[in-house]
Amino acid sequence: MKVIVGLGSCGIAAGGMKVYDKLYELIENHPKLDVSLTSTGCMGMCFAEPLVEIQDDHGSAVYGLLDERSAAEVFRTHILQGSPLEKYIVKSETEQCADDSFFDKQVRIVLARCGAINPESIEDALSMEAYEGLRKALTKKPSEVVEEVLQSGLRGRGGAGFPTGLKWKFAMNSVADQKYIICNADEGDPGAFMDRSVLEGDPHSVIEGMIIGGYAIGASKGVIYARAEYPIAIKRLEIAIQQAKEYGYLGQNIFGSDFSFELSVMQGAGAFVCGEETALMASVEGQRGMPRIRPPFPAEKGLFGKPSNINNVETLANIGWILRKGAKEFAKYGTEKSKGTKVFALAGKIKRGGLVEVPIGMTIREVINEIGGGSSSGKPIKAVQLGGPSGGCIPAELFDTAIDYDTLAATGAIMGSGGMIVMDEENCMVDIARYFLDFTQKESCGKCTFCRVGTKRMLEILTRITEGKGVQGDIEKLEVLAEQVRKNSLCGLGQTAPNPVLTTLRYYRHEYEAHIQEQKCPSLQCRSLISYRIDPELCTGCTICARNCPVHCISGEVRKAHVINQDICTRCGTCKAVCRFGAVMVE
Amino acid sequence: MSMEVNHQEYYAPFEAILAEYRGEPSQLIPLLQKLQGAYGYLPQDIIVRLSERTGIKVPEILGVATFYSQFRLTPMGKHVIKLCHGTACHVNGADNIGAALCDELGIGLDETTEDGLFTIETVACLGCCSLAPVMMVDGEVHGRLTQDKARKVIREIKKQEVSAQ
Repeated sequence: MKVIVGLGSCGIAAGGMKVYDKLYELIENHPKLDVSLTSTGCMGMCFAEPLVEIQDDHGSAVYGLLDERSAAEVFRTHILQGSPLEKYIVKSETEQCADDSFFDKQVRIVLARCGAINPESIEDALSMEAYEGLRKALTKKPSEVVEEVLQSGLRGRGGAGFPTGLKWKFAMNSVADQKYIICNADEGDPGAFMDRSVLEGDPHSVIEGMIIGGYAIGASKGVIYARAEYPIAIKRLEIAIQQAKEYGYLGQNIFGSDFSFELSVMQGAGAFVCGEETALMASVEGQRGMPRIRPPFPAEKGLFGKPSNINNVETLANIGWILRKGAKEFAKYGTEKSKGTKVFALAGKIKRGGLVEVPIGMTIREVINEIGGGSSSGKPIKAVQLGGPSGGCIPAELFDTAIDYDTLAATGAIMGSGGMIVMDEENCMVDIARYFLDFTQKESCGKCTFCRVGTKRMLEILTRITEGKGVQGDIEKLEVLAEQVRKNSLCGLGQTAPNPVLTTLRYYRHEYEAHIQEQKCPSLQCRSLISYRIDPELCTGCTICARNCPVHCISGEVRKAHVINQDICTRCGTCKAVCRFGAVMVE
Repeated sequence: MSMEVNHQEYYAPFEAILAEYRGEPSQLIPLLQKLQGAYGYLPQDIIVRLSERTGIKVPEILGVATFYSQFRLTPMGKHVIKLCHGTACHVNGADNIGAALCDELGIGLDETTEDGLFTIETVACLGCCSLAPVMMVDGEVHGRLTQDKARKVIREIKKQEVSAQ
């Protein structure tokens, strides 16, 4: 029997380590048991973390939302007595489960080994065909490898969607004594955790992709630029690199060929702009991460002035599979212009949030309703935000849009790197636009005036609108500024910074107008525009609100209706959250 | 004499870290990361010393140190609360959690308490979006937060601090 605990960041955060320790202790106390306890990365079902999978003669059963107590229960019934404990099972090979539709429509290429292997064991990865793609690649000429990737139709998964094969071709054709391949693992997009999960769950897939890429373009050195905020991912990468060296996949004369390759990890120091390739290279060189004018493109003059190629984590994680199974097999998935699958980090007001991988071309509705299980709050879903600070909000009316680089761009949003945040009626769209502008304004490196100052002015306007101080003409000013920031910025950060504002203006202009003209927030979210009131008919005088109010602005006698002092109230919503009688109204 | 010893002790981590310097300017960021790891922040005298030893000019070092959000030039509190402001946390009410933390500690966001015990640091995203809203206290993640839960975490640490005294 094999017991596997999900120990990705999400799993650990939800208490997976405690569950692991508990099971370890119980198993240790039963020395006669033939049970091996191990761990894995993200299984995708983040909504049900901590997760434990038990594999035995009957197949596999996954238990969800465990804590130390229920884990002990599972130990007694399933591990000791061999009978599955149905009430905690979230996925099973033999039984139907309520959340089965979470997996039914997914296709796993990038995530094939994620959640299935122990990421710190290269043997586990090898048992699922890791480095097979590399073995095959090294029997081909570099130009044939580039051709294979070109034929597969793989496009950059960082968001922009540039054909990967073409990027490799440019780098291959550059002549130099030294070239570099770089993996962009600086996942800075708030609300996105795809790359982290891949690095934590299957670091070998990224390493394999980089070695193949290095061979194809003629680079003998690779750098993985990873966020310092992802300590587990970095640790597992370093372990995986060490193992790959021991197995001879990294180092001199890989697989007995003439090709040698070395790989290092560099920790980013926290700057969103370093997701832009020229800024990232400046950062690797030890400078402030500021982008520079292209051309020259990195394929000619990149890191340390040498030809370089940068790919995103997910892009590289596809490469081994493509070389192993062939471009044709890969191109079976997807649409005419966008092939393969895309990984999304599904979060926000969604019932089954987690890491999902779907064939490109699936509709947003299918992802949200069938995989995600719909709204978590019970209130109707209003919009989905794709692409983070560079992307936009797509309203529920457009949920039949296929997920594909080009169709999504037509809505004003972008495919993005894979953040998919679901929002319901309680989320104010002006506030969301303000939230993202606040982010990009802080992260602007300051090089281009329009990005530096323009985003600041846009943020000021958005802030005053959410505070009920908006004036006539503000919307038009926002539109003018958005256009100027887009046009006059050097890199993607500035060029796409206005997208959250432009898409919300396009689909939710009436919300902006309500804030400005009527000083009302239709979603009842913007604090300056709402007030809390206690309905004397419903209030029982239980005093719970008064006791919990952080600013002590609620008064009243026991068993008599309470009153909120509007002058002191900070509209934090605590009273509404704690009231058991639904007596607190917001308007 | 004791001053001399303290001085040596104080710079020992610096010397150990600098021993890895191979004269490549591209090592600046990893060096600063390690120095901050050893000293908790980047003290002024350490930056000056780093400049003397590497030949990288002080303004250049400061330029890098102030560009990246990871680096700090002032000491942090003993307990660092990283309050996530990712999109998923934002739509699930991270602002309210922040308000509760500020109220509990009597400081604003990105400030340190007078006794030097707590710092609230707002961060872009901790990547645990399915547990939103989330905060990380001394490296441990607390998810599915309510105002009440957040306050309890702080009170628990305060209690431990009092009993430790």
